[in-house]
Amino acid sequence: MNITVCVKRVPDTETRIRIAASGNEIDEGGVKYVLSPYDEFALEAALQVVEEAGSGRVTVLSFGGDATKESLRSALALGAHEAVLLKGEPTMDGWATAQVLASELEGDDAALVLFGVKAVDDDQQQVGPMVAELLGRPCATAVAAMEVGDGVATCWRTVEGGQEVVEIDLPAVATVTKGKYEPRYASLRGIMAAKRKPLREKEAAVVEPGFVVESLEYPPPRPEGRIVGEGPEATAELVRLLREEAKAI
Amino acid sequence: MTQAENGSPDELAAAVRDLCSRFGEEYWRKADEARAYPEAFVAALTEAGYLACLIPEEYGGAGLGLAEAGTILEEINRTGANAAACHAQMYTMGTLLRHGSREQKARFLPGIASGELRLQAFAVTEPDAGSDTARIRTFAERRGDRYVVNGQKVFISRVDHSDLMMLLARTTPEAKVAKRTDGLSVFMVDLRETGGSVRTRPVATMINHHTSEVFFDDLELPAENRIGEEGEGFRHILSGMNAERILLASESVGDGLYFVDRAAAYARERRVFGRAIGKNQGVQFPIADAYIDVCAAAAVRDRAARLYDGGGSPGAEANMAKYLASRAAWKAANAAMDAFGGWGMASEYGIERKFREARLYMVAPVANNLVLGHIAQHVLKMPRSF
Repeated sequence: MNITVCVKRVPDTETRIRIAASGNEIDEGGVKYVLSPYDEFALEAALQVVEEAGSGRVTVLSFGGDATKESLRSALALGAHEAVLLKGEPTMDGWATAQVLASELEGDDAALVLFGVKAVDDDQQQVGPMVAELLGRPCATAVAAMEVGDGVATCWRTVEGGQEVVEIDLPAVATVTKGKYEPRYASLRGIMAAKRKPLREKEAAVVEPGFVVESLEYPPPRPEGRIVGEGPEATAELVRLLREEAKAI
Repeated sequence: MTQAENGSPDELAAAVRDLCSRFGEEYWRKADEARAYPEAFVAALTEAGYLACLIPEEYGGAGLGLAEAGTILEEINRTGANAAACHAQMYTMGTLLRHGSREQKARFLPGIASGELRLQAFAVTEPDAGSDTARIRTFAERRGDRYVVNGQKVFISRVDHSDLMMLLARTTPEAKVAKRTDGLSVFMVDLRETGGSVRTRPVATMINHHTSEVFFDDLELPAENRIGEEGEGFRHILSGMNAERILLASESVGDGLYFVDRAAAYARERRVFGRAIGKNQGVQFPIADAYIDVCAAAAVRDRAARLYDGGGSPGAEANMAKYLASRAAWKAANAAMDAFGGWGMASEYGIERKFREARLYMVAPVANNLVLGHIAQHVLKMPRSF
């Protein structure tokens, strides 16, 4: 069984983000990029499913610029069999990205197309379900664990306060979240082998974005800490502030 | 293999960082408290093949050079981990690789590459012969097809976490050789088969270095366990020493960057008198000063590694890299201690643990004074001072 995992290169979550002079994009200077962490869960899920099946290939697919090759190579080092880069400049428009990816996936024989539940840069959670719609395939979102059988996949979905078990007919699309799939780390053998694995580059389909970022703003600065008193007598005031002002409890 | 074919060192560093992130400060603090060998970390690193970096591909390794091995060790230490627990598994086999017979290599290297055989101890130093290696007295006497070894070694690191150990012993008495460095030979000791003839006694240290005294009492070694020529042992281990110095310089570079990373982050965030402490030149300058030294040391380390990987024998560069890197790391350690103030001493911050660990490389694997002696004598052609 073959699985395609769609991945996105995003700023490292530990990077300090600065807004560029244009005011509607981030300043990319000094930003470190990584594979979006949820995409790592999706890749791990794909590798485990294929390993358990004892056959099949895992392809990683990404839409991005030249630098995205580095992220794809790291996915190959973890065990993916091949990589495809759709060269272009993705925007914040999830619908445009979904169309680009779907045009590549239409002829794909993968029984499963996996995504991370969201990209940690824009948090939109759009692209996976939109690709499913464009391909006319069922989609399970926020999948924490899966078992793939003959023509059907059982997925454990993380929902408020519990888990929901669903079955989807293959071929299908799923978005993966934190759960069973703790990402592995690359072995030196994996890194060496990745250099010999195919990484194909294609020009991405051109789709005009219908979604434009007007402006970006920083979160309000955190106010200075405040000492409300000392000892047990301060507790009541602290609880009142936490409840009424911070709305934390 | 060239750098271009190996991809960027950033990729290798990122993969090592990812592995190390599974073993955070808490893991190392507990190992430190218990003075325990970091078994799980070493197992993960071994299983992922990083310690087989220098072993040729035909024997199951990655066939890479000191440049890549240095990247691995540097990154391990930069994350706060301690490569000293297992770095020798990478390079101790070098003597076997360069001077062993085809049969010996086929017998040992695949097991070392897979990690099934741990070869991470090299018994050279003795209570009365440290830097002055030619004075060692442990003797291997030839009796037919065997050697019988008697003597004592000290500071034999990781011997209690090794299956195999390399041994340097005298095979001709010092009085009967033309040069003091003649008459020494290298042996492979299979510690699993020595019975009571090899005893070890740990030396307690402050620095998370698992090191022991080793006593040989009529240890019998088959003659086929001798590596290289009889009497040529001193010269056989020399190029291994260069490799070791370049790699340990890499660990010091990693230590230095660990301190600089941590200290700079703390200086940016810690607020005293209403402003970040890093705003004070008294805090920021020592960190910047240490960072410059670490970068300079890394540049000399890179040069030494390049020369070594190109087939050279960069004795001066290897020694200078080790000297510069150990001092830069120590400077960075002190800058971090000062920046963290009292919290630098608190175990939970990790700084004091690394502080102890980083200090080792001022004296090991060679004392920095001996590096100065080496440069003065061999590079600057001044009289030998020791």
